[in-house]
Amino acid sequence: MSNPKVMIGCAIVGFFMVVGIVGPFFMTSNPNATSHLFITPPSPAHWLGTTVVGEDIFSQLVYGTRTSVFWGLGTSLMVMVLSVLVGLVGGYFGSWVDDVLTLLTNVSLVLPALPLAIVLAAYFPRGPLTISLVIVFTNWAWQARVLRSQTLSLRSREFVMAACASGETTWRIIFYEIFLNEIGLVVAGFVSTTIYVVLTWAGLEFLGLGDGTIPSWGSILYWAQQAGALPSGLWWWFVPPGACIALLGAGLSLINIGIDEVVDPRLHIERAAKVAKKQKEVT
Amino acid sequence: MRHLVRRFLFYTFAVWVAISLDFFIPRLAPGDPVAAIVGKMSMKGYVSPQMRDTLASMFGLDTKDPLWVQYFKYLDNLLHGNLGNSIQYFPTPVGQIIGRDIWWSVMLGGVAVLISFGLGCLIGIVTAWKRGTVLDTIFSPIMNFLSAIPYFWLALLALYVFSYLLSWFPLSGGYDDANIDLGWSLDFIGSVAQHAFLPALTLVVSSLAGWMLMMRNSMIITLSEDYVLIAKAKGLTERRIMFRYAAHNAILPNITGFAIAISTIVSGQLLTEMVFSYPGIGYALFQAVSGQDYAMLQGIFLIITLAVLGTNFLADMLYAFLDPRVRQEGSR
Repeated sequence: MSNPKVMIGCAIVGFFMVVGIVGPFFMTSNPNATSHLFITPPSPAHWLGTTVVGEDIFSQLVYGTRTSVFWGLGTSLMVMVLSVLVGLVGGYFGSWVDDVLTLLTNVSLVLPALPLAIVLAAYFPRGPLTISLVIVFTNWAWQARVLRSQTLSLRSREFVMAACASGETTWRIIFYEIFLNEIGLVVAGFVSTTIYVVLTWAGLEFLGLGDGTIPSWGSILYWAQQAGALPSGLWWWFVPPGACIALLGAGLSLINIGIDEVVDPRLHIERAAKVAKKQKEVT
Repeated sequence: MRHLVRRFLFYTFAVWVAISLDFFIPRLAPGDPVAAIVGKMSMKGYVSPQMRDTLASMFGLDTKDPLWVQYFKYLDNLLHGNLGNSIQYFPTPVGQIIGRDIWWSVMLGGVAVLISFGLGCLIGIVTAWKRGTVLDTIFSPIMNFLSAIPYFWLALLALYVFSYLLSWFPLSGGYDDANIDLGWSLDFIGSVAQHAFLPALTLVVSSLAGWMLMMRNSMIITLSEDYVLIAKAKGLTERRIMFRYAAHNAILPNITGFAIAISTIVSGQLLTEMVFSYPGIGYALFQAVSGQDYAMLQGIFLIITLAVLGTNFLADMLYAFLDPRVRQEGSR
């Protein structure tokens, strides 16, 4: 992977993961601890200022990174597991199993995801697990459809038939012969799903459907909105969490674009030019 | 024709799923929602027995009917356009509130989608044509970054900079309701335009990148086709090749995207409306969530879903009309 876009993207995502893992250990103040320093702008003592009840925003942001990044990655992983299962099982077995799964996938695709997620999240107890499951339930279908069509085309290839003929078990064929051959698609799907999950997650929390006592990027924005940070001009409250989400999203989409360019050379003109040059030198 | 019938059956099924989800979600949710809401509401003021009954009947908890009887009663209510009564604006029917708010959303979203689609496709065509030049290397990364910014945060920033710091635009609302009456006067239209400008701008900015990237990728692939090469060999003008030969064929995937965007007008701008306190259906949903107005919540969900399914069906028809390959595949 010498693609510069992938490198930069990985560096950004890696940075947030490191902050999420070790960051909270360096924080001296509790993110939910209130103080008498109400609404102070950024200063050496409070790098990103304080909220209306005197909470340290920088500390909230660092703890929030842990919640947002890891719940985001975990949720995205769950989405992919479900998509892979539905896509592979439907694509491989065909017949009525495929018909039923395809119908479910298509219905899930046409139902509007965000409104459904809001309704679901509103009825179930507030918390990260609820949001996570709601997002999984409303967003598995797209990747499932992509993986199903790939599985359909792989199933009729010679190496799969050879594996069938040599008496491999069905599950071994599905996972070793087919799944490992579409792992590139799965990874790309995981990355783009993660972008969507992080954005939706923040959106749902911003609406007040999350657990406001757990610091996360979305819940900081929620409290900022509730306290009227915007009409009071408290930019240090609502700018940093959104910037973090945007930066993480940009990092992830850089990785994805990089992968696309590696997989589909038509999208990458410089690379093609270099290859042509090399071929010329050889001849 | 067979294709049409199959799609129609599919969307009918999808509508049934949506309606059933709307029925079962409250019944599957743990705990006693009525008690929870009554407890919360009585903190704010007196809860009349009437409201408690409405709540209970809304959740289907006032009867000893078996589930399937409740289900058919629910379907019967829906067929008569009865979505229940709002709790926040008790006892206004939910349908009435939705009917009032939806036009704001449709107008705002419609204008934003049209602008963003037109502009996005155009930028996509041009950047693909001039691939590798300075224009492309500057535009494409900027667009990538824009598409990763969360909608509502971009909206918050725009609101902060243009309405709070510069006071060019109002901070909230759909029109100046303190000074101007609702009606087709010039003042009213001017006020609406002034209030809608910033929300529409943020919608366009955040969705532009998607159109542009989709168009650019599709265009790049079309540009490598032989007929484009032949067109160049024939010595046609650049403009003609770019639009009549390449873009004309490359735009097909974007047309589907456009139809989907039309259908998500309402659901796509939920967050934008919430930030700008724009009086559309998204803001109503936001208020329903924070006020735990469940009948409202379910009604809005149902209306949005029906709108999405309806436009998707129309889009499918349009696509079959535009691309004969779809028709053949479907009727095989």
